[in-house]
Amino acid sequence: MLTYVAIVLDGLVYASWLFMVSVGLTLIYGVMKILNIAHGSLYAIGAYTAASLVGAYFSAGYVPVLSFAVLVGAALAAGLVCGLVIERGVLRFMYGQDEVLMILVTYAIFLILEDLIKVFWGVSPYFAFQPYGMLGNFDVMGLPYAGYDFLLMGLAGLTGLGVWWSINRTRTGHLLTAVIHDREMSTAMGVNVKRVYTVTFVIGATLAALGGAFTAPKISVTPGIGVEVIVLAFAVVVIGGLGSIGGAMIGALLVGILRAAAVHLLPEVELFVIYAVMALVLAFRPYGLFAAPEARKI
Amino acid sequence: MHKKTMTTFWTLALGLLTAAGLSQTGTAHAQDEEIKIGFAMFLSGAAAGPFGVPARNGAELVVEALNKGEFPAPYDGKKGINGAKITTVFVDEASGEVVADYRKMVQKDEVDLVIGYISSGNCKAIAPVAEEVERLTLFFDCGTPQVFEDVVTDPHYLFRTGAHATLDSVGAARYLLADKPDTGSIAGINQNYAWGQDSWRDFTAAVEALKPGVEITTEQFPKIFAGQYGSEISALLTNPADAVHSSFWGGDLEAFVLQGAARGLFARTDVILTTGESAMHRLANQMPEGTVIGARGPHGVFAPEGPMKAWLEKAYMDRYGVRATYPTYKITQAILAAKSAIEMAAGDSMGMPDQESVIDALEGLEWETPSGTVRMGIANGHQAVQGTAYGRFKYSNGEATVVDMTRFDAECVMPPDGMDGLEWIESGFKGAEDC
Repeated sequence: MLTYVAIVLDGLVYASWLFMVSVGLTLIYGVMKILNIAHGSLYAIGAYTAASLVGAYFSAGYVPVLSFAVLVGAALAAGLVCGLVIERGVLRFMYGQDEVLMILVTYAIFLILEDLIKVFWGVSPYFAFQPYGMLGNFDVMGLPYAGYDFLLMGLAGLTGLGVWWSINRTRTGHLLTAVIHDREMSTAMGVNVKRVYTVTFVIGATLAALGGAFTAPKISVTPGIGVEVIVLAFAVVVIGGLGSIGGAMIGALLVGILRAAAVHLLPEVELFVIYAVMALVLAFRPYGLFAAPEARKI
Repeated sequence: MHKKTMTTFWTLALGLLTAAGLSQTGTAHAQDEEIKIGFAMFLSGAAAGPFGVPARNGAELVVEALNKGEFPAPYDGKKGINGAKITTVFVDEASGEVVADYRKMVQKDEVDLVIGYISSGNCKAIAPVAEEVERLTLFFDCGTPQVFEDVVTDPHYLFRTGAHATLDSVGAARYLLADKPDTGSIAGINQNYAWGQDSWRDFTAAVEALKPGVEITTEQFPKIFAGQYGSEISALLTNPADAVHSSFWGGDLEAFVLQGAARGLFARTDVILTTGESAMHRLANQMPEGTVIGARGPHGVFAPEGPMKAWLEKAYMDRYGVRATYPTYKITQAILAAKSAIEMAAGDSMGMPDQESVIDALEGLEWETPSGTVRMGIANGHQAVQGTAYGRFKYSNGEATVVDMTRFDAECVMPPDGMDGLEWIESGFKGAEDC
């Protein structure tokens, strides 16, 4: 029984993390039709910024509990700066280009950012462990879980809810939906599509940085962490359907629970399970679970 | 002046000038003499921080000290190597072009020898190339026993100056069962690639050989660089064992310690981290006290006290502001092997002797290092053997250290010449029954 409880809880914790790191990717694709390979680097920059700021914050001896606000602040700073620079500096000149070309463009940005990370932070690890232990432990049937993991679950839920509410219940969200459906028609109706693109990319970048910032306390922030994340995030959004927020949530839950089950019941297949799910979903639903096939306009 | 006196004067003057000129030429020649070493280690990527940078820093520090004649005895005789200044070329092991970089160092930069390689995969790739291009190459860190057991079984140009991975696993098993003889179960969490799989295989085989019947409760092999170990830690907690073995390194090791400690894993079971020393100073009080750690040999805090260790620790701290860890010790060990062999081969001549005589000197070489005496004892004198040590982590007065340290002689943790590591373990440690 304990094993099954552990599978559910571990699955939820992992799914929360997966959703946090993939929601920005799917949002940007949904609106802009750009598969942003640089998403992994934005995650890494969020983690590095958080580690640097949290380290400085605790060195200065400020109130520990506010370090969570520092994590949010780090994500906002990293997301805003990087998002604006990338979108205004590069992507806006490329809109309307083929999706494959945009993958190459964001891949080039990814390579540049990976080197810039080394220039700014070097190759030595950074730590931001202080917030991780601050929430203590919770025992679930004798199995201890870090309170911080529950915070991540809550944050993932709030993020998902916030993005869903913004898209479906606000005027800006309705404009966004219009752009998603038909960019040209939206432009003709007076929607400032360029601004929608800028705002979307900055939000997507901030969500990536938020994932990195809240992961930093659990890990050693080292060069290359972004590479691992982009592969996983890509798998999750493909399963859910590129561009679908709900799909990313379901994809994250599916992968999280199945991976946890594999670790507990059949560790030999743990590596394989994520990609097996992806292959299986794509075999039956080539556009993912929640993305509808698009009709060609011409 | 008398004519004869004039002749004597001019002869003497000319002679003195010629002698001075010759002497000056000789001095210039000695200053020009160089031995060029190509170094390869991770300068970027996840392995740079914990391994590559400490190794590069150590190489720079030791080369500079040798060139100035400031390295402690017995290496304070001739400056540089055999009186020749050491010059260096560094390449990044994470470049993705590891073989091309190696060939470039040998063929374009014309290095006299190569010292390098942290990754076992890279060592396996370079090993046959070193034999092909016929350039003296010293592996300083990579652990896989396959280098001389499978890849190059009859080496000539290739040497490894550090022990291979059998030492880590056998040492860990010996420490565990000596410290906790009533151990009845073990579990493992290792990275899912050659290093993690080989380490776990050798550890379980060594435990079985030392105490048959010990139960394995769970074996976890997460992907390398996974970073998230929540499910694996739950699996280790729900399948409790007396001891958990891990050969994790770098960011994976540090993330596992942070996450495992927060969830009480380290408080509930003995955790053995075979590369723990490389992270102990960085993690400091985040590493739970009592964790069993190793340094892949008697390096760092495990190194025997002596002038060489004292010099290395102080010089490294003074320059880089952090403690030296085992990659620094291992690169130092390799440089000192080269210096010892070259000076032994050179005899009275200056600079780099011919490569074959250096190879002859390296085969079976015994040399002193900050980590103690090392011997090229197996693989026809091409593979170093040395003892190791394990201990329990302790953090006191703001300093990370180890207590309850146990040292193991080389013959207790490494196979004898002519035997593979696993074969030796499964034979019941043939020749080391008294350890």
